[in-house]
Amino acid sequence: MSQLQEVSVDQYRHLVSERALTGETMLLNMGPQHPSTHGVLRLLLELDGETVISCIPDIGFLHTGVEKNMEAKTYQKAEVMTDRLDYMNTMGNNLAYVMAVEKLVDLDVPVRAQALRVILSELQRIASHLVWLGTSGLDLAAMSMFLYCFREREQILDIFELVSGQRMMTTYFRPGGVWRDVPVEFEKAVRDFIKIFPRRIDEYETLLTKNPLFLDRMLGIGKLEAATALSHSVTGPMLRASGVNWDLRKARPYMGYEQYDFNVPVHTEGDTYARYLVRVQELRESLKIVEQALNKLPLGPVRSDNRKFVPPPRSEIGTSMEALIHHFKLWTEGFPAPKASIYSAVESPRGELGVFLEGDGGPKPYRVHMRTPSFDNLSPISKMVKGHLVADLVAILASTDIVLGDIDR
Amino acid sequence: MDWTIWVEWLIKSLFVVFALLTGFAYLTLYERRALAKIQVRIGPNRAGWQGLLQPVADAVKLIFKEELTPAKADKLVFFWAPIITMVPSIVIAAVIPFGPTTTLFGRTIVFSVANINVGVLFLMAVASIAVYGIVLAGWSSNNKYAMLGGLRSSAQMISYELSLGLGFVTAILLGNSMNLHDIVDAQRNVWFAVVQPVGALIFMIVTLAEVNRAPFDMPEAEQELTAGYHSEYSGMKFALFFMAEYQKMIAISMIAATLFFGGYREFWFLKDTFLSVDAIWNIGPWQFQAWFLGPIYMLLKVVVLLFFMIWIRATWPRIRYDRLMSFGWKVLLPLSLAVVFISAVGVLVAQQFDNNWYLAIIPIFSSVAGLVAVGFVDQALRRKSYASH
Repeated sequence: MSQLQEVSVDQYRHLVSERALTGETMLLNMGPQHPSTHGVLRLLLELDGETVISCIPDIGFLHTGVEKNMEAKTYQKAEVMTDRLDYMNTMGNNLAYVMAVEKLVDLDVPVRAQALRVILSELQRIASHLVWLGTSGLDLAAMSMFLYCFREREQILDIFELVSGQRMMTTYFRPGGVWRDVPVEFEKAVRDFIKIFPRRIDEYETLLTKNPLFLDRMLGIGKLEAATALSHSVTGPMLRASGVNWDLRKARPYMGYEQYDFNVPVHTEGDTYARYLVRVQELRESLKIVEQALNKLPLGPVRSDNRKFVPPPRSEIGTSMEALIHHFKLWTEGFPAPKASIYSAVESPRGELGVFLEGDGGPKPYRVHMRTPSFDNLSPISKMVKGHLVADLVAILASTDIVLGDIDR
Repeated sequence: MDWTIWVEWLIKSLFVVFALLTGFAYLTLYERRALAKIQVRIGPNRAGWQGLLQPVADAVKLIFKEELTPAKADKLVFFWAPIITMVPSIVIAAVIPFGPTTTLFGRTIVFSVANINVGVLFLMAVASIAVYGIVLAGWSSNNKYAMLGGLRSSAQMISYELSLGLGFVTAILLGNSMNLHDIVDAQRNVWFAVVQPVGALIFMIVTLAEVNRAPFDMPEAEQELTAGYHSEYSGMKFALFFMAEYQKMIAISMIAATLFFGGYREFWFLKDTFLSVDAIWNIGPWQFQAWFLGPIYMLLKVVVLLFFMIWIRATWPRIRYDRLMSFGWKVLLPLSLAVVFISAVGVLVAQQFDNNWYLAIIPIFSSVAGLVAVGFVDQALRRKSYASH
């Protein structure tokens, strides 16, 4: 346990230059209430004119105590907390968490459930990238991008509502499978999306990719070298834009990702434009995965029949005494997990999303920790923005694609 | 002095002020609806038929909102800044002609509030005043974001005022007068936008910067500076800035229409028909000139030019502040100088040989100059771009 200690302003004087103390440069608080900080992030900027001399990110304004709260809930019930972490990637958060629970209690998942998980997490990746594309367009004042992207995201959210009854806080993946099988309309809804979406990506690219004003704003801005990125444990599209080919879906396949044929877009420049290109190409790759998974979606059960961990279907409860007992036990007490600790990670739209779970033999986790990509991806911001203008800072921040709920857990 | 001249003057000023004030109100609605159409939305359509009462609702809201003055603001300057911004945006419309000279009730009527022979100079002078309001607003708010906005706007004005002036010079050269009525009349046969397309294009780019519209809306860049110079303003004072911006949009569109798109004159294909502003209509016993078509043509042209402004705002990202200045100084200014030079040579040659067909060298050579400029910008971007794609 660390001791609370008082800190004085003097201890942090070194973060800004001497010139700030004489008033030669300007200290500017950007946020926590600012339209471009993508949530409640505070950046303390030292500006010389409009040139950023130093940038000190200050986080914690959205701290919700999710990790601690999860220790007070059983393994099943804690899952709803994960939705609220990175609210742009709810399916992915669920996936990371249920995979960790499954690994902890050694539960296997039917193939149909695995394929459904892949389809939905890839759709979620597309939805998350769309929000990123829209908001980063908006940050450069290309404001129509935002509404075009949200038009397509809406379609994905409708699919989520179809399968889970919820648009954002889905909690659709459950330990041992998924909540229930998808309705018959699901396939048509996804096929419709697959049909229209490539054209829509072309539209976005027409508006931005070769636009001279856009190029002018993006090229060579916010360079992140591969070595710096690695030393800050940056992951995801940001790392791949710096030239490191690291994608957990390829490197350590889970949920049967090895069966699907897709590329991992890698660019070596490491600037905001490279990050833009990586994410836009990922939109197409994710769509490829969705299509393949949908084409060979196997039939069969969608949740494990291990009654010790997975509640029995409703229909059995009326006829089977064991089913009733299992149902009662699972929903009142939960299932016990062994006294062990595990770490399991997935590739979220932002990077490596890892869940550390420590069981103490009881039905509630002893400790939950999330390794969230936004936190690490934000850390090199001070290095990236140094010497750029305030307008570039906005573009760079948008290109890191942070979600404050993900940072502040 | 004849008292009727005062009546005439009063009616004309009331007409212009009224046109600008209602025009501003409905421009906000026009912009919101047009943006919504572009962005696959619906836009405000609840207040009144098709949202036609929306401006009224906005006005009522803004009038009754509390006005806050920051405790550490410079109260006097803070109060005057919106007014300094607002007044020139109306005054500038005084010299713009909106109809042909005609005879009504036995007297000759000139359809502009003030028919001064250096109208173009008046436009330039008044257009530059508005920036003081913005800079003072940014400074007096005692807010760092507002300060940055004010600074940006002054830098932007300095960079673009020159090209704007040279745009005026092009029209003066071609029209052979500084009187706006004469310039419009000189476009009887062909619009200056046809004779000098590059000059018209430069003028329109520069006017975007002049009225702080996207992609040059640096001073109020909401994503970077929250709201820039008017961050601290609320209620009616904020509305004044808003009014000033939109009235300037209208005024500058009117100026662009006057200088390059034939002003109140009919479209070229309507020349010598009964829809020309010079046509004489005979209805029953009455015989009169169709002067009232002038304001209608003017309105049409202004609406189209405003749509371009809205369209650009909907599509393009904002240019960066240092890029804006280098674009102004390194691309637009040399190009405008070249365009002015080419126009002067063209006019001179045409006069020398007394044949207006020699004016054709203006569009040809200025297009070449324009293409060279585009090539330079493209090269500069390419040099920044990577070899890989």
